[in-house]
Amino acid sequence: MSSVSMTVNGKAVSSDVEGRTLLVDLLRGPLGLTGTHVGCDTSQCGACVVHVNGEAVKACTMFAVEADGAEVTTIEGMADGDDLHPIQEAFREHHGLQCGFCTPGMIMSAAALLKENPKPTEDEVRHYLEGNICRCTGYHNIVKAIMAASGQDVSAIAAE
Amino acid sequence: MSVAKPLPHDAARLHVTGQARYVDDIPLPANALHLAFGLSTIAYGKITHIDLSKVRAVPGVIAVLTADDFDHHVDVSPSPSPEPLLAEGTVHFVGQPIFLVVAESHLAARKAARLGQVEYEELPAILSLEDALAADSRFEDGPRVYAAGDAEAAIAGASNTLEGQIDVAGQEHFYLEGQAATALPQDDGGFIVYSSSQHPTEIQHKVAHALGLPMSDVRCEVRRMGGGFGGKESQGNHLAVACALAARLTGRACTMRYDRDDDMVVTGKRHDFQIKYRVGFADDGRISGLEFIQLCRAGWSMDLTLPVADRAMLHADNAYFLPDIRIESHRLRTNTQSNTAFRGFGGPQGMVGVERVMDHVAHELGMDPVEVRKRNFYAKVGKPPQSTPYGMPVEDFILHEMTERLEATSDYHARRAAVREWNADNRYLKKGIALTPVKFGISFTLTHLNQAGALVHVYQDGSIALNHGGTEMGQGLFQKVAQVAASRFGVDMSRVKITATDTGKVPNTSATAASSGSDLNGMAVKAACDTIRDRLASFVAERAQADPKSVVFKDGHVEVGGDRIPFDDVVTDAYMNRISLSATGFYKTPKIVWDRIKGEGRPFFYFAYGAAVTEVVIDTLTGENRILRADILHDCGASLNPAIDVGQIEGGYVQGAGWLTTEELVWDDKGRLLTHAPSTYKIPACSDRPDVFNVALWEGENSEETIYRSKAVGEPPLMLGISALMALSDAAAACGDKYPDLQSPATAEQVFNAVQRAGS
Ligand code: FES
Ligand code: FES
Repeated sequence: MSSVSMTVNGKAVSSDVEGRTLLVDLLRGPLGLTGTHVGCDTSQCGACVVHVNGEAVKACTMFAVEADGAEVTTIEGMADGDDLHPIQEAFREHHGLQCGFCTPGMIMSAAALLKENPKPTEDEVRHYLEGNICRCTGYHNIVKAIMAASGQDVSAIAAE
Repeated sequence: MSVAKPLPHDAARLHVTGQARYVDDIPLPANALHLAFGLSTIAYGKITHIDLSKVRAVPGVIAVLTADDFDHHVDVSPSPSPEPLLAEGTVHFVGQPIFLVVAESHLAARKAARLGQVEYEELPAILSLEDALAADSRFEDGPRVYAAGDAEAAIAGASNTLEGQIDVAGQEHFYLEGQAATALPQDDGGFIVYSSSQHPTEIQHKVAHALGLPMSDVRCEVRRMGGGFGGKESQGNHLAVACALAARLTGRACTMRYDRDDDMVVTGKRHDFQIKYRVGFADDGRISGLEFIQLCRAGWSMDLTLPVADRAMLHADNAYFLPDIRIESHRLRTNTQSNTAFRGFGGPQGMVGVERVMDHVAHELGMDPVEVRKRNFYAKVGKPPQSTPYGMPVEDFILHEMTERLEATSDYHARRAAVREWNADNRYLKKGIALTPVKFGISFTLTHLNQAGALVHVYQDGSIALNHGGTEMGQGLFQKVAQVAASRFGVDMSRVKITATDTGKVPNTSATAASSGSDLNGMAVKAACDTIRDRLASFVAERAQADPKSVVFKDGHVEVGGDRIPFDDVVTDAYMNRISLSATGFYKTPKIVWDRIKGEGRPFFYFAYGAAVTEVVIDTLTGENRILRADILHDCGASLNPAIDVGQIEGGYVQGAGWLTTEELVWDDKGRLLTHAPSTYKIPACSDRPDVFNVALWEGENSEETIYRSKAVGEPPLMLGISALMALSDAAAACGDKYPDLQSPATAEQVFNAVQRAGS
């Protein structure tokens, strides 16, 4: 067991973990942040994406001890009180979700993309999200939501 | 009115903030235990010895159970044919649960589960459809046959004949949330079970049976699933039953979730088929006689195979009038996972068969496949209806009009000509385009399942709590049904509280399946709301000396005899006057009668229609391919929520196209599934979706009296993806004169092979 300390969604937290404990297990277990989901356990689906020091990371692929001292943001840290983050609002508004299981990871990936590239093209969005699987939506509304969140006009993105 | 509005999913806010709880997110008591199965490593054999001492020695392991630890057969089957929770002496596939580990953590349970030492006497396993057929390894006594007219004579008399065969792929559900369940022992000996299940009543039933309790002692609650697609109709039984047994044994809460690789190895998938056909046709493309032989892989246990295989037969006609047809269906038993429900429930497989025939016939005649398809369509609405092979008249056939519209909006003919030209100019890349129709029958073919219940409470402050038997897996059912409730009372949606599906509130429910969720539960909720509404109407009408029929519920008010009273006030007043403000509702689908042995009757209340045009490009040197554009026109009747319906269509198309192109399941010659994670099993990613994707809803209403004249939308759009397979066939056909005989899934290898065949 070793003790780790980090800032999660702006709050200082510390916990005793085993060397092999994954960041996702720390978040979902002791910290009770179950918005970060586990879809594949093997770093392929993107349901577990969080930000570690501002970068998108698959939390099932990182040990908790590796995040010692880091700033971690999870989906629970995206809204400002009752005010949704613009990406959250866009996913809600543009039906970027069905079962919702991929949604937290999608939003966290999208946030990392827009930080890097505030006005991506549709094509750039599609390629950036290759590591996030959604089995329900067919992605159309996810792409649309991210384009809308970046402040671009989505009226031309067909369907609906 | 709330219906027909494109309102966001009811839980959208919870989802985008990470607050929405799935089974594995529910807080558990601190001493809760975690479960994992130890799995068979061989495909077929007798267990000669089990040594679990190493499993028991893992720190944190509380108990390890095998079938011998139960004093009775613990069954998890959804069919009358038994299926044990844990192998009883014999294993039937690689991945069958043999023992159950109960431990203090998920990780400890999983680690321990790998340490079991099981010795087997291996028996010869049956792994392929051919081997199963040769060994007569099947469910039911022999093949089931549905026939109309005289196919053999019609084929013999035809001016052209063809025969062929297509492999129709299986498919992994890959619901993003894996299977999960939790059982909590109660002080009175009962149990509460949380399950990621499309069928809470069956969970309740199987758990009660395993524990020897009456069903009333078990309550199953399902708030939501992270996707289901049919994969949570029966495949969650194991986890729920295991949790309940372990909870009783230990007196502690028990929870279980499959790791993804285990999920893919243990659970059943879409049934793969091999379909052989023989067809006779005229020079103009009109089919005179058709014979299908459908080989269907059941896997090792029966599960839902019989109704799945029936539905494949019932969709062997798709949109085409085939008066002389014979369909022979073999439900074959193999030593592989027990295949199960998957969006479309056999219908898609049957439909691929006849669409392949259309494609083949068109190629033979050098015609545009769309012309062959249209020539064989059922008669238009208004003409005397023609009957399906099972004797159901097709009275609402709108595909003539829909196809015509889609041909125009997708610019099909000009694009087809452009594709031809482009192909003439390009040596290594070839394009293809195809338009395919969908006619999908709506209702459970087991007639008794077509029933639903609802429970509606109006509280004295005017707020409304809604409960029904349907489950939410992302399809937006709860939202749609809540829109119905709000509309019946003429109040805003914010007033309606949606509550988790709960066998303690609405009993004896059917699975949320067969696309029937909103049809059945919407009607049941309407019935419950109308009971309360009628009571309120009589109450206010009596006071105003008006006719109860003249009372209107609208915009948060109740209008009676010229007065307009806020809904809340009416409710409070009614409460004070001792009017009951709670009601149940019930619905059963009318008109359906079905004899599945004879293959005769009206199994479906109505049909849902759609059509899609897909354009693809292939690299003839590698077989690589992509979808360039998809245009869809789909019929949801008078949509209850166009945004949700369009979402179902987009997702269904992509899932259907994935099924027939990239999603390949591979087993080795020992029956081990090699594609047991998304690293090897290719689910469409964001970059795979078509570059241009146009989806439109057909404006029309259901000709049958469904809830607000809407139509079911869950399954039908999946079959729009068949157009992708046919477009790939078209592209491969551009590489030579021969029929490319493209098989599914049309992976790069299969496309490459088809290109070779076309040019050979
Ligand atoms: S659970 Fe981490 S990527 Fe799938
Ligand atoms: S909404 Fe279900 S996986 Fe994306």
